[in-house]
Amino acid sequence: MFRATWKSLLARKVRLVLSGLAVVLGVMFVSGAFVLTDTLGRSFDQVFADAYEGVDVNVNATPKVALDELEGEPVSPPVPAALLERVRTVAGVAEATGIIAADGALMIGSNGKVVTSFGPPQLGENWLGESDLLTLREGREPRADDEIVINAALAQAAGVKVGDRVGVQTPFKSKKEDFHLVGIFGFSGGRDSLGGANEIAFTTPVAQRLMLGEPDVFTNISVQAVDGVGEEKLRDDIAAAVGDGYQVRTGEQMSADAAAGLKEGLSFFNKILLGFAAVALLVGTFLILNTFSIIVAQRTRELALMRAIGASGRQIIGSVVLEAIAVGLIASVLGLAAGIGVGALLAYLFGELAGGLALAGLGVPAAAVIGAFGVGLVITVVAALLPALRAARIPPIAAMQDVATPDRPLTKVTVSGGIVTAIGATLLFLGLSGNAGDLTLQTILGGVFLAFIGMALLTPLISRPVVGLLGAVFAWSVPGKLGRLNSGRNPRRTAITAAALMVGIALVTGVTVILDSAKSSISALAEDQINAELVISGVQSGPRPPSFDPAVLEQAAAIPGVQLVDGEYGDMAEVDGKATWVAVSSNVAALERIFSAKATAGDISRLGPDQMLFSSDTAKSRNVSVGSRVTVQLSRGEARTYTVSGIYQSTELTSPVVLPPQAARDFAIPQPIQGFLQLAPGARVEDVRPQVETLLADNPQVSVADRAAFIKQQTSQLDGLLQMIQILLALAIVIAVLGIINTLALSVLERTRELGLLRAIGLRRAQTMRMITVEAVVISVFGALLGVAVGTGLGAAVVEALKDEGITDLVLPWGQMGLFLGLAAIIGVVAAVLPAIRAARINVLGAIAHD
Amino acid sequence: MTATVGREAQVAARANDVWKVYGSGEAQVMALRGVSAEFERGRFTAIMGPSGSGKSTLMHCLAGLDSVTRGTVMIGDTTVTGLGDAGLTRLRRDKVGFIFQQFNLLPTLTAQENILLPMSIAGRKPDPAWYDTVIDTVGLRDRLGHRPAQLSGGQQQRVACARALVARPEVIFADEPTGNLDSRSGAEVLNFLRNSVREHGQTIVMVTHDPTAAAYADRVVFLADGQIVSELIEPTAETVLDTMKKLDTPVEVAR
Repeated sequence: MFRATWKSLLARKVRLVLSGLAVVLGVMFVSGAFVLTDTLGRSFDQVFADAYEGVDVNVNATPKVALDELEGEPVSPPVPAALLERVRTVAGVAEATGIIAADGALMIGSNGKVVTSFGPPQLGENWLGESDLLTLREGREPRADDEIVINAALAQAAGVKVGDRVGVQTPFKSKKEDFHLVGIFGFSGGRDSLGGANEIAFTTPVAQRLMLGEPDVFTNISVQAVDGVGEEKLRDDIAAAVGDGYQVRTGEQMSADAAAGLKEGLSFFNKILLGFAAVALLVGTFLILNTFSIIVAQRTRELALMRAIGASGRQIIGSVVLEAIAVGLIASVLGLAAGIGVGALLAYLFGELAGGLALAGLGVPAAAVIGAFGVGLVITVVAALLPALRAARIPPIAAMQDVATPDRPLTKVTVSGGIVTAIGATLLFLGLSGNAGDLTLQTILGGVFLAFIGMALLTPLISRPVVGLLGAVFAWSVPGKLGRLNSGRNPRRTAITAAALMVGIALVTGVTVILDSAKSSISALAEDQINAELVISGVQSGPRPPSFDPAVLEQAAAIPGVQLVDGEYGDMAEVDGKATWVAVSSNVAALERIFSAKATAGDISRLGPDQMLFSSDTAKSRNVSVGSRVTVQLSRGEARTYTVSGIYQSTELTSPVVLPPQAARDFAIPQPIQGFLQLAPGARVEDVRPQVETLLADNPQVSVADRAAFIKQQTSQLDGLLQMIQILLALAIVIAVLGIINTLALSVLERTRELGLLRAIGLRRAQTMRMITVEAVVISVFGALLGVAVGTGLGAAVVEALKDEGITDLVLPWGQMGLFLGLAAIIGVVAAVLPAIRAARINVLGAIAHD
Repeated sequence: MTATVGREAQVAARANDVWKVYGSGEAQVMALRGVSAEFERGRFTAIMGPSGSGKSTLMHCLAGLDSVTRGTVMIGDTTVTGLGDAGLTRLRRDKVGFIFQQFNLLPTLTAQENILLPMSIAGRKPDPAWYDTVIDTVGLRDRLGHRPAQLSGGQQQRVACARALVARPEVIFADEPTGNLDSRSGAEVLNFLRNSVREHGQTIVMVTHDPTAAAYADRVVFLADGQIVSELIEPTAETVLDTMKKLDTPVEVAR
């Protein structure tokens, strides 16, 4: 029995290749995601291990605001130089060094533009001399206060060389400052950077002034132990000596902590990739199900023969499942191999993009292997189960008769489809209406999944009228008519092939509907609420938003024609112990006059130094009212108590909390990140704008734009998101195309005799090919039509549910939908190429004799 | 009582007042109307009749491939009527062999693998002596490694015969085994079937419409309109043809 199964599998290997390919692609996605995140994770481990290599114990101040990974990076206040002296007196300390390393040192490149980063920090540091890790490649160390050295990767990105005068923008200096570049350093192993970070090293006093904002402080203290003194013991001794308010960690802990944060981000990224892999695999499941169904149908006689000579139903199921296991196993191996390749390639690209991250050796984590085989095998076997059960029901007598399998009624499949769709819709509704509590995301995803399965089950019923209608377009020619009839003759097969395409297109359409609606709603809201003709802002490319000199605000206010100027500051703070985004408006009056805020309680037009404002939503959730006293701990300084003096109506654009301008001094970035300029009636944007541009000459991170351009820039992030999702979902569509090719190829094989007959009675080759193409186009356009309809429904449901969150416009991307339908027609033509050629090449005589 | 048991032991397959009705109402077709027949062990019986006479239906019912509407079917001492799928599977595995008109070999397996397929499905080993005997009888020893596509029609049918024989079933049902063969290949197969009955005591029930083929049998049962209408012992092609001619006429008249 086993041998018979194996041989029949080998004999049909070509037919199984395409369905196997679907599993390969899905498995590739899964294992690739694991390989990528594992390799990147270990690469970062190495970066941090290197960075803390010479450090036995590290001392830094405990961050004032405790934040978790998703809320932002906690900011440690600086440590005083006096602490360094105290640490040096601890027994067992060989050497203690005060280190300055803070994000936000931006170099202005030779092209006059700020060198940006795609994520790694841009560090401003004090020069501590060469070490095992760091060596000067060119020039010398910085000695004077106007001298700097930078790492080689930054020198290359900025296009500067030793001897140049270069501008540097730093967090505690309002304008850029010019320095002599006296040296360029690199790292052990020929690396130009550590994990892509840009580094600028000043003399210690300059670094203190520019990066920390005060003299005689350091970011942290690095301690080297006397030989023979254990790190843990020294850590505990130092901790006892420095007292509360400081974090004392060993070098190992430091690098582990630093890596842990990044890894959390990577694991989130991994989950997103796995989500897309799941979509691809769902589509792949349809494809495998279809392939096995067709193969079982074609083997009816053979399976009946097996039954006639004594095979039991269970043996037949076993043989089909065994075949599935073999396909799944082979596909998993190939998918894993491809996944390792793709993971390695992506890790390499990421390393290049991040500015030369030295990659750790390629790793294949157990999760990739287990995931690959688990997913590959389970999906294939599950998909083959239904056809296997059908195979077991083939009566032995079918071996002797040409039993035309009766057209089974669609009632059962339609009813179950209706039920599954209803359950899916209910779950979706529950999830979207926020009645599912903590399980909201799971409920929504489950709902979408079931809705897809349900729709797939309903598709055979829908296919009859719709395919008939679509086919009518082609019915003017004989081959077109035959193709149309062919695509309608097995509704289940047509339906499941189309359903595979439906899933991918529905998701793309749904996401497009949601994001376009969000974009349009936010734009409308911004147009409606922001009464500023000009906006100063920059494009954020790293963890630090671009900021500018607050003096610009005052100078801008003096420009004739400018009526009102407001600078917006922002930071994460602890508000009554809870991490909260807080904002400062340099001009509180702007709240009402520029941002159209409406007071719901108290007064929001002015704000004393001890007063604060709440948005209505936050006030409600925190149980705060006018007169409440609220403790706020900012990134720097001591906690302060403010009195709530006003509450404003929440909108999507309002910050939860507004603090008085004085508070901005203790923000992690004590500079405005956006500026809004309202012009006096009659003043012309084109007159004011050049003057603002002049003011910003020394603030290369930001630029001034009119409101429309600002809104466009803000919503452009959504476009990027949409593009990324579309690219990732394209894989699901590729798999669906494989499905169409496979179904057609198998149908052609199945109809060999019939095709031979058609050719014998005079159908020309070209006509045969046209017939197959029409069939393919009808199937794929049908799938796209379903996808667009289902996707619009899903998108509209989500938009409806998000009405309270401010997504009020429902935007249907008609152009995109049309594009999908057109694309589907092309997909159909492309998918038909090989099967059509095959059909046209059929040997007429052989085909008629074919059994 | 003892005599009855002894007599029953001689019967390999038996149909007892078997009725088979397809469809219902207007579309109702009576394929078999009260057929009772016994097929003795160690005999070669042919079932003949014009198209639509119910000969294939009778065979399908005897073999347990199709259910009967009324009456009972027995193979050996097993009552086929009323058996479930598991029971029917066991019956096919242990007591029944089939030879089909379309050869019905698995194209992916070699001749030898095809012959041994029923044994391997049942998880049994063939008796090596009997296997050798069968292979020598069908004369395929030098062809065992070939695929069906590499064999002629006659050779393929001999492989199918060997497949049926090697499990030593209670009874072999052959459905038009020479229908797709030229007369020489057909004669080879029929000779081979007759020899397996004469030399090895195999029981064979063969459905055919070819008088020449029927002449190889020990006994011919004639069906017309779902009923047994005649029987010949030790037939020749001429006597079979004569009987067939007689059968045709009243049927034509009845219409």
